[in-house]
Amino acid sequence: MAKLFKNMFATSESTALTLGEELAQKGVSRRQILKFSSYVAALMALPASYSTAIAESLSKAKRQSVIWLSFQECTGCTESITRSFSPSLEDLIFDFISLDYSEALMNVSGEAAEAARKQAMEENKGKYVVVVEGSIPLDKDGIYSASGGHTNLDVLKEVAKDAMAIISMGTCASFGGIPAAFPNPTGAVGVHEIIKDKPIINVPGCPPIPEVMTGTIAFLLSLGKIPELDHLGRPKAFYGDNIHDRCYRRPFYERGEFANSFDDEGARKGYCLFNLGCKGPVTYNACATIKWNGGVSFPIQSGHGCLGCSEPGFWDKGSFYSPLSTPTSGLGKAALGAAAVGTAGAVVASLVQRKRREDILKAAAVPKPAETKMGADDE
Amino acid sequence: MSDLLDFARGPALQVSVMIFIFGVLYRLISLFLTPKNFIASPARENVKGAFGAGVGEIMRRMVPDKEYLRKEMFAFLNGWAFHIGLAITVFGLAGHIMFFKKILGFGWWNLPSNFVMLAGVITLFSLVASLAHRLTDPVLHKLSTLDDYLSGGLTVLPVATGLLATMHLGLRYETLIAIHILSVCIFLIYFPFGKLMHAFLVFVTRAKTGVEMARKGVKL
Repeated sequence: MAKLFKNMFATSESTALTLGEELAQKGVSRRQILKFSSYVAALMALPASYSTAIAESLSKAKRQSVIWLSFQECTGCTESITRSFSPSLEDLIFDFISLDYSEALMNVSGEAAEAARKQAMEENKGKYVVVVEGSIPLDKDGIYSASGGHTNLDVLKEVAKDAMAIISMGTCASFGGIPAAFPNPTGAVGVHEIIKDKPIINVPGCPPIPEVMTGTIAFLLSLGKIPELDHLGRPKAFYGDNIHDRCYRRPFYERGEFANSFDDEGARKGYCLFNLGCKGPVTYNACATIKWNGGVSFPIQSGHGCLGCSEPGFWDKGSFYSPLSTPTSGLGKAALGAAAVGTAGAVVASLVQRKRREDILKAAAVPKPAETKMGADDE
Repeated sequence: MSDLLDFARGPALQVSVMIFIFGVLYRLISLFLTPKNFIASPARENVKGAFGAGVGEIMRRMVPDKEYLRKEMFAFLNGWAFHIGLAITVFGLAGHIMFFKKILGFGWWNLPSNFVMLAGVITLFSLVASLAHRLTDPVLHKLSTLDDYLSGGLTVLPVATGLLATMHLGLRYETLIAIHILSVCIFLIYFPFGKLMHAFLVFVTRAKTGVEMARKGVKL
């Protein structure tokens, strides 16, 4: 961890060197850079030939200045990225960037921290990358979340102005996330609803997978361009497939073998969790392929259905435990109401019909009806 | 997860289920409360009891008369095929059972998804064949009304969209499942007001016909 911090807050002296030179000084060989480049290329589903290009461009590049802004969030995304089970990879990643500002991780605080941010913005004007963690409250001019006397809204606008690109890290920064859940008391929104003139990469998840975060950053740094994104602004390499299609429990779904409670026979046998509300079929993320904790497991493998945390508004899609084929809202009262109205309507209509019939019979002075009913031709 | 899916699983399903329950109860209760018909003629003597006559007529209509069996063979076999297929598809798939469980409060064992899918494919072809038969048979075509085509078409839609969703064909899964649920919503809204209502009335009306015929001494 000490090395991580040392690398993260590299001195401005080191930023004058190219990454190749700097890494060589630290004993990182070209072979290791190539290995890392191959990893990034594989992670982003790029052709193998890209790994050499990535290595070349990384060697020639300067350390990338990154400003990490924390807004309305729980710091879970930072927790996730720092708890990666690939420490060598993490070290390498942090060797490539100069994390010039991060309220959660930097040693300094207060005015010194703000000065570091402003210095980084000044020195890397138009070249720095902004990573945003957390949503931005808009109600009452954004007063619900502020630091150093400035609202998140003001800080975001100020920092984004001269940024090269913005990475919205986590579902809160991407789509508003939990702070934006109904009734959204602070008017929380994602970055893309405020900043319209900068490239924005959404890396949603609650939190996102560490390798997805680092992979996206690495792609941006090494190729100097935005990866291919889906309609929600997410890198297709990580968010291109839905979890259901990649889930190792899929064969059980096909066979119709489901767990119906968390401790039944089906759950013990590892059957499909669809009936327990798994949102895998409508959630796009890399959980089932890259997995968590260095590829050890992911929620479904641990026995809990997917919550769909990388999708917009996942908190407001009804119960996490309601299967996708069921209504999101309860039908009990509505159904009872409809039944009551239907029954009452039918009774009233029948009474009116009887009355009319009796009036006709009276007028015609015919005998009372016999024992049979109408309706034989209703089939 | 798309907004369309939210709409389908939320207000669309809620409103359509309400209309379905209202409509079905209204029609059933209205029918059973219909005033007794005026029949001046006395019943024939030594006729079957009402229960026997009713059940007899239900059973008799399960197969065509021998005289028409050959001519009606397609309608007979195809009719059974899509009704059984539809029952397997609607009541056998785990996802559907979850839906019923949410509304009724209880569920039942599901069938293997692949088996249900096979039943769905058979049902789809059978329903399309039935509509084609209705269009091409001159007599049946003349007897058919818009209600017949609507009832058939609105049954085909959920089966077709359900199969696409299960197979993940064409569009993203969340869009397919949303379209499937919306097609079910349209089906539920139309159900009580057209010939689809025969699902509730078929045995009642057949039994009633049997009782009427027996009272008149008709030998069937």
